Amino acid sequence: MLKLKKGVLLIDQHDKNYMYGGKFGGNFIPETLKKPIEDLTNLFGRLRYDKNFIKERDYYFKNYVGAPTPFIKLENLTKHLGGAQVYAKVVSKANGGAHKIYNAVVHALICKRAGKKYIVGDTGAGYAGKMLSMAAKKFGLKCKIFMGAKDIKRQKPNCDAMRKNGAEIVPVYSGSQTLVDAVSECMRYWVSNCDTTHMAVGSTVGPNIFIKICAWSTAQISRELIVQLKEEFGGVPKKLKLINCVGGGSSAAGFWNEFIDYNKSQVELIGVEAGGPKNSKLHAAPLTFGSKIGILHGAAQYVIQDKDGQIGETSSISAGLDYPGISPLHCFLKDTKRARYTSASDEEALQAYKLVSKLEDLSPSLEPSHAFAEAIKIAPKLSKDTIICVNSCGDAKKDRAIITKRLGFFR
Amino acid sequence: MISKINLAFSQCKKENRPALLTYTVAGDNTKKKSLEILNAIAPYVDILEIGIPHNTPVADGGQIQTSAYRAIKNGIKVKDIFKIVKQFKKNNLNKPVILMGYYNTIFQLGERSFLKHCKRSDVDGLIVVDLPWPENKNFANKCKKQSINFIQLLSPTTSDIRMKNIIKDSHDMVYYISMLSTTGGRLKVSAKEILKNYNKIKKINPKQNVVIGFGITEKTISSLTKADGLVVGSALCKTISGALSRGTNPVRTAENMVKKLRSKII
Ligand SMILES: Cc1ncc(COP(=O)(O)O)c(C=O)c1O
Repeated sequence: MLKLKKGVLLIDQHDKNYMYGGKFGGNFIPETLKKPIEDLTNLFGRLRYDKNFIKERDYYFKNYVGAPTPFIKLENLTKHLGGAQVYAKVVSKANGGAHKIYNAVVHALICKRAGKKYIVGDTGAGYAGKMLSMAAKKFGLKCKIFMGAKDIKRQKPNCDAMRKNGAEIVPVYSGSQTLVDAVSECMRYWVSNCDTTHMAVGSTVGPNIFIKICAWSTAQISRELIVQLKEEFGGVPKKLKLINCVGGGSSAAGFWNEFIDYNKSQVELIGVEAGGPKNSKLHAAPLTFGSKIGILHGAAQYVIQDKDGQIGETSSISAGLDYPGISPLHCFLKDTKRARYTSASDEEALQAYKLVSKLEDLSPSLEPSHAFAEAIKIAPKLSKDTIICVNSCGDAKKDRAIITKRLGFFR
Repeated sequence: MISKINLAFSQCKKENRPALLTYTVAGDNTKKKSLEILNAIAPYVDILEIGIPHNTPVADGGQIQTSAYRAIKNGIKVKDIFKIVKQFKKNNLNKPVILMGYYNTIFQLGERSFLKHCKRSDVDGLIVVDLPWPENKNFANKCKKQSINFIQLLSPTTSDIRMKNIIKDSHDMVYYISMLSTTGGRLKVSAKEILKNYNKIKKINPKQNVVIGFGITEKTISSLTKADGLVVGSALCKTISGALSRGTNPVRTAENMVKKLRSKII
């Protein structure tokens, strides 16, 4: 069995080929990208230990992103479920409404240090794109966002925000017209423009350096949480469960970062993938349903695919989770058994949204609604001294049309 | 033993012209048609690259994507591609064939099994777009043991030291990517600039066969005839797409185009 190293950041647990556990990640990239990726790797390798850079990051996290985001007890939901105490880390209160702001800000700062004026990124739910457009505007960069045509339709509010921030949205019509195609198209664009342009991958996927930058950025979430836990409980609770939705896995990686070294009997990490429509064979849950290892977007990972290695079709009500692969970091956490992965169906996520938004002053987007679905499933069976914390990493405004159509109401 | 790829280059050198290499996608638009296209163009081509269609190609532009998606939609499977090569070789015993694709295809079949299939169908070389040096060392060695050419790529972003290392680990041919682009881009740098980089590569090892690809069309090909070989891919795929959408015969259209390309380099 694969083993995690104690005292080493998750992102740094790779070998010299940038593989985690010898089988996940790496850099399966065209020759043209070798140099820009090497340059970026060196630059970030320096910046992450540069005191001024850290100071700058922390300044913007505090004053621009808004740190810390609230950590709240969901009293009514806890009472309703009648088991574990349910809390939420309300990351959706961050500027822009989701955790994607951390990665976006850090990429914009790196882009400036690299002396580049253009920044490009992919997006599914539109949050990664929206946040990159915000950061680009703030730091005076020209921004282009690649987005599947299907997602442009289903996540209109975020597209409006991107355009308002002056970013160009490039619709991607190939394949399934969702996130997977947006990432491919963005990488292709970078191949052609890597001399002038910085690329920000929207999640903990892609060639290794993008996984690192992204998880390093979202780690802010768990740095805040650990302080908040100590304030609330006087320490990290004896029975803690951290539940997070996983699409590419950036939100979960950030939520868990500080807790990896804790014993899993104390801090259990639970990742919730998109199970897709209840009556469909399609899903976006490669870990839950045992997909094989393959190469997607430059990294080896568990990925939905056929025998020939063609990437498989996915389906999810949540554009942000609708991705056939998953971060190599999560593949590694799964195989080391440090985290447990499960899925929630479209319908379960919708019901979770309904319950949470009715009982609490909270309106989680469809992505974290998947995490709430798991909390709702397990809380009643758990003891009163168990603490469940859900990362409510996105705000539902972008999903208003979908939720209204499916549930007949919107909070 | 001298490889067929090497023989092809020697022959071209004797004729004092660059080798013409084509790239077409296996199974585009059907298995049968793609084999017919290969058979029809072979007399005018020195080395044939056959693309293994992949549905998440990170280095291919619109034209090759269109061809690849069409082939996949029409049901092409990896095993069919080996059958196509085998069939092709029945009539074209000495024409070198290079398969070009993405590593996931090889990874799913397994490196050993993939190479066994290559051997059985008489594949001469492989280009794996997303398996760069040095990560490719292991697989490149496995290819060499089977007398299959593993063809390394070089690009305008490749540093000098890296270039030396890659060339040192190369087999009978290297592929220089003319510009920063996916396949199918418009040639955005001058022929002079491309040839400058080309000469740099040749200087490292004058005996190495170096071909240039990306952005080469009927219009641009004659400006680069100093190279050992020139690859035309997207332009050909685009022509095939055009014929299909007009409802004309893609086999004849492709053949005519390749004839014209050939006339421009001799
Ligand atoms: C609110 C929200 N949560 C989760 C995700 C899934 O991405 P990841 O798994 O990288 O956090 C997205 C992606 O767009 C998102 O917008």
